[in-house]
Amino acid sequence: MTPSSSLHAITVLGHDRPGIIAETTGRLADLGLNLEDSTMTLLRGHFAMMLICAGAPAASEIEAALAPLTEDGTLTVTVREVPVEQPAPSNGSPWVLTVHGGDRAGIVSSVVSEVARVGGNITDLTTRLAGDLYLLVAEIDLPAAADLDAVEVAIRSVASDLGVGATLRPAEADEL
Amino acid sequence: MSDERVSSWTEDELGVPGRVLPVVRAPEPVLSTVGADVDPTSPETVQLAADLVGTMRVSPGCVGLAAPQVGVSARVFCVDVTDHPKTRTGHGTFVLCNAEVLESSRNEKAREGCMSVPDFTGDVKRASRLVVRGALPGTGEVVTLTTDAFEARALQHEIDHCAGLLFLDRAAGAHAIYARTTYL
Repeated sequence: MTPSSSLHAITVLGHDRPGIIAETTGRLADLGLNLEDSTMTLLRGHFAMMLICAGAPAASEIEAALAPLTEDGTLTVTVREVPVEQPAPSNGSPWVLTVHGGDRAGIVSSVVSEVARVGGNITDLTTRLAGDLYLLVAEIDLPAAADLDAVEVAIRSVASDLGVGATLRPAEADEL
Repeated sequence: MSDERVSSWTEDELGVPGRVLPVVRAPEPVLSTVGADVDPTSPETVQLAADLVGTMRVSPGCVGLAAPQVGVSARVFCVDVTDHPKTRTGHGTFVLCNAEVLESSRNEKAREGCMSVPDFTGDVKRASRLVVRGALPGTGEVVTLTTDAFEARALQHEIDHCAGLLFLDRAAGAHAIYARTTYL
């Protein structure tokens, strides 16, 4: 990012069809914006994209450029300026938490509350519902001070009360 | 027989001291270029082999290094997984030239990091049973080694480097690449 440019967070949500990403990114490229990080998935069939882009145009200019995407009423676009964030270094360790079982209210909130209780930070999260099967997969940074055994016991206990299973595995990468 | 020969090999056979070379990072084009076949007996290859081992030795946690990672587009790499907890079969320190996979089976997914891609890690499926053929630098002997588990993974990662491929090229899915957190 050059000193004169700013960062904008853009979301595009709505009815999925081929070409949404091509059209969105084409319009951003025409404005001279540089896509930095982005993620897109389908959430229950809905198109859902979030991206951070850098460049000189103001939020109002970006909104105007993306307005044609929303004309048929099936997509919602938001644009807002965001500050530069420096990812904080962690003194802890990375873990992957998997929870799955019969769907019922409160699975996510109950389980992630145990993560939050020990200062664990979720860095990536996906939940899916298919039929009656509910699935949660999360990437978690647990602080060095956390009692890992106690965290695992607490998560399993909450999961057990909900009738679902939980697994916490280390996510350390092997350096090659 | 080849396995024993590889296990008994040490960099002392090269007869030249290894230098420590700077490790290049993506998007350096050499990392995405198919490496050239080498003459394993040439003085240049012998020096490169020694340099790869020398550079691997001084890099904390490094279990393998391929020529493209030191800026040389050639099919040469070194491996040493001796001290890694996931190692089952291990052949100590060795360097292979022009290596190729002869047999592979039993894919397993695991998360990899790479000195040349310091800001990401990624989930990659690789064979956990492997037979590889290559030439030893210096003598040029062609050896065939059979391995598994972590050494198999390391060999495939390095052979990929020699073919201009990074672990990013083998990402298990659109959400299988992760920003690396700096752990203090």
